[in-house]
Amino acid sequence: MIDGAGETITVRSMTLTGTALRPPQHRFDQRTIPWWRTQWLIATVAVVAPLVVLAILIEPARTALVLSGVILGAIGVAITLVMPVWWYRVHRWEVTEHAVYTLTGFFWRTWRIAPMSRIQTVDTTRGPLQRSFGLSTVVVTTASSAGAVTLEGLDHEQAAELAEELTRLTDATLGDAT
Amino acid sequence: MTGEAPETDDRRADPEHSPWERLHPDTVKVAALIMMGFAVAAAVPTTIGIASGTSLPVALAWVLPGAALLIAAGTGYDALRIRFTRYRVTDARVDLETGIVFKTRRSLARERIRSVDLTAHPLLRYFGLVRVKVGTGETGSGEGSTTERSLDLDSVSRAAGERLRAELLRRGSIADRAGLAEERLATWQPSWIGYAPLSFLTPALAAVLVGVIFQVADWFGRGAAPVEVAMDLGDQYGPWTVLVVGVGVFTVLGAIASLALQAEAWWNYRLDRETGGTLRVQRGLFVSRSLSLEEKRIRGIDVVEPFGIRVAGAARLDVVAIGLKTQDSGSDLSTLVPAAPKAVTLAGAQKVIGPTRVAEHDLIVHPKSARARRLRRAVAATLGAGMIIAGVHLVWSPSTFWSAVLIAVAAAGAGWAFWAAWDSYVALGHALDGAYLVSRRGTIRRSTVRLQRSGIIGWRIKQSLFQRRLGLVTVDATTAAGRGHYATIDADEHEALDFAAEAHPGLLEPFLVRRDSAVVPAEPGGGSGEPDHRPRGEHGDR
Repeated sequence: MIDGAGETITVRSMTLTGTALRPPQHRFDQRTIPWWRTQWLIATVAVVAPLVVLAILIEPARTALVLSGVILGAIGVAITLVMPVWWYRVHRWEVTEHAVYTLTGFFWRTWRIAPMSRIQTVDTTRGPLQRSFGLSTVVVTTASSAGAVTLEGLDHEQAAELAEELTRLTDATLGDAT
Repeated sequence: MTGEAPETDDRRADPEHSPWERLHPDTVKVAALIMMGFAVAAAVPTTIGIASGTSLPVALAWVLPGAALLIAAGTGYDALRIRFTRYRVTDARVDLETGIVFKTRRSLARERIRSVDLTAHPLLRYFGLVRVKVGTGETGSGEGSTTERSLDLDSVSRAAGERLRAELLRRGSIADRAGLAEERLATWQPSWIGYAPLSFLTPALAAVLVGVIFQVADWFGRGAAPVEVAMDLGDQYGPWTVLVVGVGVFTVLGAIASLALQAEAWWNYRLDRETGGTLRVQRGLFVSRSLSLEEKRIRGIDVVEPFGIRVAGAARLDVVAIGLKTQDSGSDLSTLVPAAPKAVTLAGAQKVIGPTRVAEHDLIVHPKSARARRLRRAVAATLGAGMIIAGVHLVWSPSTFWSAVLIAVAAAGAGWAFWAAWDSYVALGHALDGAYLVSRRGTIRRSTVRLQRSGIIGWRIKQSLFQRRLGLVTVDATTAAGRGHYATIDADEHEALDFAAEAHPGLLEPFLVRRDSAVVPAEPGGGSGEPDHRPRGEHGDR
């Protein structure tokens, strides 16, 4: 925070004549919000519950344990309430005839682009929790160890259709995709 | 394809009329000698151990039959292994059958073979044998295989190995490589060995040596002995003398070990281009190695300058090739030219991928904010170190000696942090050079990668909150070769996208907007809240 933020923006918008990435077109399914919330709730309980148990058992350390439990629990609940909505607004995906394109993250934004011609496998997975929300994950891998594109949180029928379409499109291209 | 189908008829009619061949029988002798070595190594301490409790004849009576059994079992197993192993090369495939009880048959399509490597340790060399490893460079996905598919022939005669190598890497249709004749690309100069002590192997081996000393002391039940010795010496000669001399001695020993290792690995090195579009590295003092690499799978090169090597004005050349994993550190399989004067390395690079037009000083410079970012990190690191030292002094109140050591180390660290911040900014640069994308980064390990633009199989573009504020972005080109991705870090956020779009035309274009031509859809998550100015100025293509 050395240079004033306002100043930077002025300077940048002066030179900002060009290129930026547009966000992908689609949001993920709205049910990702309760899905993410459930995941974070489970994670929070998994951290706080042992602390509570310990606090009941170990009398001398009770204050410290309760305090840390309360703090961690508050953080967990805050993330559970706020972040999924934010992620839902930020995470986006798009599949065109030529490429799969996603944008994830807010603090660390990551755009991933995998061209259809280099896709090697298309996998659809559904965890038990995902299944209860009717969601699926589609993972598109390329020959690069770093090139996988994950579409996490699609309606499961939509995911099946998408996987089928991707498989069809990638089968149409020749070569070993390297 | 591994199956357990028992082969019933050895001489069944075979469409390609290629006879099955066997490994060389002398392999058994090598196995016998190696087992003897093991037996002796195991027998001597065992004999001493038993003899100290009883007497020498009793000990020998126990140990000698055991050793004989060990040698016989090892040799017998190898004899059986040789007997039940056979291979053949047909027009389309290479087959290998192994297994004494359960037969395993592995078959590689010849068109998929990407490398044939020959190695021979001194015993194999004595008998004129080599180990042959036939690799397809296939890893990960594709036909459901999860590991690299390769064949090992242990061992065949050197002549047979050379014949296999030549035959398997010769392609029917190599018209596209017709222009490239057989030539020597680089040759070992004994003076290059002088760079070995400057590599990071020196401190690493020195650390290993210290570890070994503690381990040996521990075996004798005196785990604390090295510390006591050091303390005694400190009392006798003064702590500073012991510290400086100790660091010096271990560094020298590490340097000697590094010298020995590098000399063994790289002595008599040469890099050749062979007919059929193959690069061949031959090297090794005791263990001779021959690594062949099909040029068709090369996706680029990486001029690597580890810190010490760079200071000495040297560099090494790694290849970015499909199926060669360069991420496991310590692997030198992808090295085409070892640490050599930089001009030699660059000349070698040009011979491998053809002439380059963009020199290192012509790379596009990254924005100044990238330097500010690095300097800020150096400031933070220095403040952190200062706070830790203050904390240590408050809590433990160390002696003057340790206090001075801590402060000296922290001061040196801070100096290094600032220098590295400046140096790593200077390192940043990228450009397009003909068919290649050039990207340079790094201080401790400076790497100038030239990645074939047609080898790029996707993009991973990252921007942290800090980078967004500074208008920077990291553009990562993914590829099937080498490390799998090569990043251009902290580039200008607009220019980098133009650069990436141009590097691989068509892929990024549909997802880009030019601020002066298109209406930007609302940024997800409210965006960074910057006003959407649209100056009418022309934006020249880089």
